[in-house]
Amino acid sequence: MSFGAERGHTPDFAEKLRSINWGLIFLLSAIAGIGFMVLYSAANASFDPWASKSMIRYAISLALLLGVAIVDIRFWLKAAYPIYVVGLVLLVAVDLHGRTGLGAQRWIELGPLSLQPSELMKIGLVMVLARYFNTRTVEEVGRPLHLLYPLLLLLVPAALVMKQPDLGTAMMLVMSTGGIFFLAGVRLWKFAIAIAAGAGLVPIAFGFMRDYQKKRILTFLNPENDSLGAGYHITQSKIALGSGGMWGKGYLQGTQSHLNFLPEKHTDFIFTMFAEEFGMAGGCVLLALYALVVAYGCAIGLRSRNHFGRMLALGITLNFFLYVFINTAMVMGLIPVVGVPLPLISYGGTAMLTLMFGFGLVISVYIHRDVRINRRGESES
Amino acid sequence: MKPRPLAQDKSRYKVLTRRTLMLGGIQLGLVGALTARMYYLQVLQADKYKVLAEENRINLRLLAPQRGRILDRFGVPLAVNQQSYRVVLVAEQAGDIDSTLNAIGTLIPLGDNERHRVLREIKSKHSFVPIVVRENLSWEEVARIEVNVPELPGVQIEVGRNRYYPFADRTSHITGYVAPVSEKELTGDPLMELPDFRIGKSGIEKSMDLELRGTAGTSQIEVNAFGRVVREISRDDGQPGQEVATTLDMALQDFTMRRLRSEEAATCIVMDVVTGEILTMASSPSYDANSFTHGLKASVWNALNTDPHTPLYNKATQGVNPPGSTFKPVVAMAALDSGVITPDFRVNCPGVFTLGDHEYHCWRHGGHGTLDLHGGLKNSCDVYFYEVAMRVGVDRVAAMAHRLGMGELTGIDIPNERPGNIPTRAWKLKKFGVRWVDGDTPSIGIGQGYIAVTPLQLVTMLSRIISNRALVPHLERQPGIMEAGKPFDPDFGAKDYPSLGFNPAHINAVLSGMNAVTNELGGTAYGARITDPGMEMGGKSGTSQFRQITAAERERGIKKGEQLPWKDREHALFIAFAPVGNPRYACAVFIEHGIAGGKYAAPIARDVLRECQRRDPSRRVPPDPLIVADAGAASTPDKTP
Repeated sequence: MSFGAERGHTPDFAEKLRSINWGLIFLLSAIAGIGFMVLYSAANASFDPWASKSMIRYAISLALLLGVAIVDIRFWLKAAYPIYVVGLVLLVAVDLHGRTGLGAQRWIELGPLSLQPSELMKIGLVMVLARYFNTRTVEEVGRPLHLLYPLLLLLVPAALVMKQPDLGTAMMLVMSTGGIFFLAGVRLWKFAIAIAAGAGLVPIAFGFMRDYQKKRILTFLNPENDSLGAGYHITQSKIALGSGGMWGKGYLQGTQSHLNFLPEKHTDFIFTMFAEEFGMAGGCVLLALYALVVAYGCAIGLRSRNHFGRMLALGITLNFFLYVFINTAMVMGLIPVVGVPLPLISYGGTAMLTLMFGFGLVISVYIHRDVRINRRGESES
Repeated sequence: MKPRPLAQDKSRYKVLTRRTLMLGGIQLGLVGALTARMYYLQVLQADKYKVLAEENRINLRLLAPQRGRILDRFGVPLAVNQQSYRVVLVAEQAGDIDSTLNAIGTLIPLGDNERHRVLREIKSKHSFVPIVVRENLSWEEVARIEVNVPELPGVQIEVGRNRYYPFADRTSHITGYVAPVSEKELTGDPLMELPDFRIGKSGIEKSMDLELRGTAGTSQIEVNAFGRVVREISRDDGQPGQEVATTLDMALQDFTMRRLRSEEAATCIVMDVVTGEILTMASSPSYDANSFTHGLKASVWNALNTDPHTPLYNKATQGVNPPGSTFKPVVAMAALDSGVITPDFRVNCPGVFTLGDHEYHCWRHGGHGTLDLHGGLKNSCDVYFYEVAMRVGVDRVAAMAHRLGMGELTGIDIPNERPGNIPTRAWKLKKFGVRWVDGDTPSIGIGQGYIAVTPLQLVTMLSRIISNRALVPHLERQPGIMEAGKPFDPDFGAKDYPSLGFNPAHINAVLSGMNAVTNELGGTAYGARITDPGMEMGGKSGTSQFRQITAAERERGIKKGEQLPWKDREHALFIAFAPVGNPRYACAVFIEHGIAGGKYAAPIARDVLRECQRRDPSRRVPPDPLIVADAGAASTPDKTP
């Protein structure tokens, strides 16, 4: 091992390029490639309107990923708060004059782009939490007072997202923060108390929910009750998925999705369409690809010698996993329908861009794995 | 040599590693759960879902509610629903629309227009909404399509209901008609997109549309991959529309419409002066409301629209014309009520009234001699009313006209009523920027000049004078909707109208003058009197000049209206009430280009009022509405001789 590594080695540009995780990028590209195929099928064997745009977005996102990856990890440490604050400002802006889609204000128009700030906030929150826990020892994490500040970091954006209203994203923020707390070493019994308290708050929160959100939850509990209204999506999704069988109906052969019985087949329900055409076999392959990405991310996190990098890589990977799990569990009828896209496959610009940005950070963590950062956020020599 | 992490980082790292492994384990477990779920759905339950996917798909269908019927005051149906068959296409299930339409075209005739309409509707409506390809199929056509349905994906025969007006053109101006919803009228309510669905476009169908409409039902059905209905899971029929009972006496309406056929274009209204109920509102010529139900052919529409007799117009509520001498009772009431004259006020009529260097003629060139109010009304003496008008002034006449319901909407409960116009000094200044001059006033006295009123306003005016109350004419029986089995209140509304506060002596003076018009020898409509004892009517004739016979025509020897082409003749009017002792019915007749009120309009009023009293619809106790309604649906009501 070189002497430089011992001091907290900062790699030069050539070293950076060499240490990029091409394997991870290959996995991501494979998943995105499956995405293009499914979008092509969703548009009835046509690149328009989804597959072509998605490919362009992926190319742009990939360039972004590489750019983010070679930027020094200490820069991202410093950028954590600015990014978080920009995310907050955009969330407030969306609240003030965002575009309303499907009954909720989620998008903001920036020229030709329509941006969904809640997506950006998912990364921003992980960044500030990683930075915060970089400054805390295990003993400090054990004291409840030290958890108040990170809780505040969570609650402000979560409240703004709830206001949109976007229950799914708010839940995602809460869960990824919980995951980071867990990784930071918060005692398990504290989680037990928080979950118990949360359960106690459910009836109260239920009173604050919009009617359509209540309906979704009630429908999930008893889908037969409303098989043509809110339960329609999930019933049709299960029929499409189940009728795919072990080996699927074949590419471009999904009857349910092509006959439009399946709603939102290019966004939230895209996994259903994939599983209808490629069966359980295809579904398992896709899940395995996702699992490999998660494993890769965890390995990178554990490999880092600075706590910020570890928390960042693990936090982003956990977020990714939550996306995959919530989306697939939803279309299989395991959890209520919430609007969470399937990473790299669902049609949607902001989600793809922020996800690739996140993995750019993960690779940056890997490239700068030997950089030491002390508790004050300075590199150690 | 390995770098030694700081002690605190080491413990932190240990916790992190352990926790990451735990989290990884949880994640693995969740992925396992997903795989298990996939196994359950895609392997264990695959057969069930394959069946559901291939054969059974749940569809929701909207069922158009049965539109409420429109009835007359005795329960005789004026608008009902009839069964009909139509072929519909569900775009979502049809696949290739063009080839499906071609296939239908080989079974039943299908024009290019229909084809284009279908394609247009497919674009503008939800893909699950059935779109009508052809309506009113014959039995043979139904059979031909039914046999071929297996080869026609998304094509179905549906049983629908058509609006049907049993009396066709005799009630169209009252019931109005229904027609398919136009693209502009779509509100996003899927009910509006249903092929069955019709909305009211005029008359009671329009004004009571929401009540008549009812609420949609739904049917949950399982449909297979070809769009064939497998079974109905559940059904909610919705709420049929409410029935609307009108104040109309259909037998009298029928009689009146037939009676008006002697004229080219005319209207006749009968109103109950106690309740404000419209017993008859006939406007002739009319149109057949049935022809609108399926969308009118352009040629028929053009013919109706360009007909000089304006069949689409409800002449009773929309025709505005100078009232002529039928306005004289208003002038008399204004003069009496303001104390300018008493019934004994006398005027000498030399045949001409002079104001400055202007001469105003009486209709009788030789003049009437000296007359009081009684004589003035009986002879319809113009000079008498020039003089009275000059004394009262235009503004007080206008105030009285408004009090009697003229020059403004009466508020009758069918749409598109027109307000007409009653001039005042302020009105003329505003409208033309010119002051009212004395020379404008005499013509007001005889209902000419800027005055324009509807026949409905005339009958309202007369009813208000008789009843001394601010009656509002209406066609809707009681507060809106008829409840099954509930008897009508025969005098409903009688107590609800505010008093107008006239001196009964003034009312008597005017009515006695009108009595003389028909019942005293020499009255302008003596020839049209009712002779049946106890049924005598009083009235007032009117002839509305909208054009004078020109000097050139006079030279050609044309002296009488009868010699002019129809379009150039004067309008004939008559207002009447009966029975004279205790009036219950008021009537207004307006004949377009009918030449002379006393001669042509009065006989119609006589016949209608006699028929009305013979039937006495306001006093007859209505039979149980349901029983009569059922009987009426099966047979047409009795015709009068």
